[in-house]
Amino acid sequence: MQHAVPAEPFALEVSGLVKRFDRPAVDGLDLTVRAGEFYALLGPNGAGKTTTLRMIAGLLRPDSGAVRVCGIDALEDPVAAKRVMAWISDEPMIYDKLTPQEYLEFVAGLWSIAPELAAPRAHGLLHWLDLLPHAHERCEGFSKGMRQKVALAGALIHEPRLIILDEPLTGLDAGSARQVKSVLRERVRAGGTIIMTTHILEVAERMADRIGVIAHGKLIAEGTLEELRLQAGKSLDKVLDKAAGASLEDTFLALVAEQAEAA
Amino acid sequence: MFAPGSAFWFARHEWRLAWRDWLAMMTAGRPERLRRVVIAIAIFVIFMHFVAYWTVGRDAQATPDKATLVAISASVLLSWFLMISQAMESTTRAFYSRSDLDLILSSPAAVEKIFAVRIATVALSMAMMALPLAGPFINVLIACGGWRWLGAYGLIVAMGVAATALAVGFTVALFRIIGPKRTRFVAQVVAAVIGAAFVIGLQVAAILSSGTLSRVSVLQSETALAHAPDIDSLIWWPARAALGDGWALSGVLALSFIVLAAVIVIVAPRFGEYAVRAAGVGGAPSGRVGRGGVFWPTSPRRALRRKEWTLLRRDPWLVSQTLMQMLYLIPPAVLMWRGFDNGQAAHHGGYTGAYQLLVPVLVMAAGQLAGGLAWLAISGEDAPDLVASAPVPPRFVVRAKIEAVLGVIAVVFAPLVAVLAWVSPWHALVTIGGIGIAAAASTSIQLWFRSQAKRSQFRRRQVSSRVATFAEAFSSIGWAATAAVAAVNLWLAIAPGLMAIAVVTGAWCMSPRPRHA
Repeated sequence: MQHAVPAEPFALEVSGLVKRFDRPAVDGLDLTVRAGEFYALLGPNGAGKTTTLRMIAGLLRPDSGAVRVCGIDALEDPVAAKRVMAWISDEPMIYDKLTPQEYLEFVAGLWSIAPELAAPRAHGLLHWLDLLPHAHERCEGFSKGMRQKVALAGALIHEPRLIILDEPLTGLDAGSARQVKSVLRERVRAGGTIIMTTHILEVAERMADRIGVIAHGKLIAEGTLEELRLQAGKSLDKVLDKAAGASLEDTFLALVAEQAEAA
Repeated sequence: MFAPGSAFWFARHEWRLAWRDWLAMMTAGRPERLRRVVIAIAIFVIFMHFVAYWTVGRDAQATPDKATLVAISASVLLSWFLMISQAMESTTRAFYSRSDLDLILSSPAAVEKIFAVRIATVALSMAMMALPLAGPFINVLIACGGWRWLGAYGLIVAMGVAATALAVGFTVALFRIIGPKRTRFVAQVVAAVIGAAFVIGLQVAAILSSGTLSRVSVLQSETALAHAPDIDSLIWWPARAALGDGWALSGVLALSFIVLAAVIVIVAPRFGEYAVRAAGVGGAPSGRVGRGGVFWPTSPRRALRRKEWTLLRRDPWLVSQTLMQMLYLIPPAVLMWRGFDNGQAAHHGGYTGAYQLLVPVLVMAAGQLAGGLAWLAISGEDAPDLVASAPVPPRFVVRAKIEAVLGVIAVVFAPLVAVLAWVSPWHALVTIGGIGIAAAASTSIQLWFRSQAKRSQFRRRQVSSRVATFAEAFSSIGWAATAAVAAVNLWLAIAPGLMAIAVVTGAWCMSPRPRHA
């Protein structure tokens, strides 16, 4: 993939991140994502993926640790950090009673984007995501895929340097999923950074530059698919003849099983 | 106990759901509060018996003369209009609530049986809802006037049944005439209007005839009694039924059950089809368009305010609820219009008494409206993550939402206050102060007790916090009383003002996060 050269070497630096609810949800997590990278965060249910991303996005205050977004201390100056990132969850954050156009106008206002920049960007995004024919219809009757595309357009209108996505493809049909993936690829090509959680391992395998595996609130493995295979080597050997040919699914399950055994 | 699929089996299912829904509403979803709720209801019922004794105790020996029949009929009609309003709301919910409709409609069970039970359940719940309010009055009348008043209980059942029949019939007619898309909104607005129409109509009639807001004055006036039908007219049967006339009670009960049965027979088989059509409304693009896409220069605060105003304007539930509150402002507006028309009389003190009455009405309405709007704007946020992930401090967001609420209050009440200022500047000044404080107090209470919820869960407002609901109501009453007294004597207003401050302070102390406010 040909990536544009970004200004900051790291889009995201997380160190010693801790969050406890009734039990530790995130337990001393360290994570670094390079600028211009597509990073997939994988983990079983309850591993702490969403909690981690919510803390990075400034939606949840960590108990301890540090988060730097594009060089900005996100805990010290959350407003400045939020200015350069966007958050998209599996449940599209849109207003039923607003039209996509009005929604984008609202988001542009929240991020203080000048109208002369916001208007053409909104038009471009709506066109790109096939939402232009529905630009002036209220979102209340939209399908899940359309709603997710509206949310995605909202996330992109301020051209964030870091996009955080929590299960963005859940419940989308094949067409909508392909569109969302293509938009994400474009963003990375343009120099943006993406960190995404997904349970669809095939998506992570195809799209991500690097993959992190999280279990019990800790990062247990990280790297390219090849590097993950090496890290999962022994566990993979137990279930496969050759670790080299293992899919991400095999590798992921082996890593998680290894962690569970160790715990 | 009952054969699966039978009407009684469905009835048991419906009642279990209705009971748990009610329980969740009363206990705010915390079953451990049930004991406290039972005690509170018991205290309320006992208190209502005292209120009943004080208000109707001396009327227990009433004979069925024309004045009595008019008074009872008016009370019956008022309650019935409220029941129709509530029944319409329940029926609309039955059409549009998709929680279990998919399951029901996809099952091989007889749909008409299910919906017949559902309509009957609405009828029964209408009667049950009226009992805690009407029961104490009837009990006092029985205690003071004898068993003949027992017929009033039968009348309540008949009223609930007839109200449901009418509401279902009307909603279905709307469905057929204007289609499922518009029915929801229109039915909610009509329900709000019906609920308030009778009281407002009587008040307007009272103002136009005697220049007061008293409903009794118009009902007991010689003109009204002279124009009322003869005492043996069928129109008085509900009133006679309440007074213990066995024939009248049997007639009213029979008629209401026959009408309901007819509605069930006609409507129940098609109810499923209507429900499917209503469900289709949410599944397809609404086709409703917004304004053209123009990006104006804006700030985050202005964007938030504008978003709140757009959402408030487009919320059918809120529009109907607000409309109901606004409808109650019609009588004061008529009163002012009459005073305005007779401006000279006002300057000479002719209408000063009436304006004195207006001040608390406007202040109370502003407090209540602000509370409702504030809950929706502050707690009801459909995209909390979006707003939280925006580069604006949280206090900034809350401030913009409060500004949006207070902006609406200013727009709604400014014309009324302007007219009042023309005819009586002093009362207008007191009203402005009262509206400002009452609105600020209600908004603050909703801010302290905020809990994240979707706008579509507007009905949960009553569930979110009992303390907040009561505090908001008592605060509005307190500030209304303060303004009423201040309009007469500023110094005397200190006492009710301090009481209102105590209510607001108490709410702050009981709020889950007082220090963050």
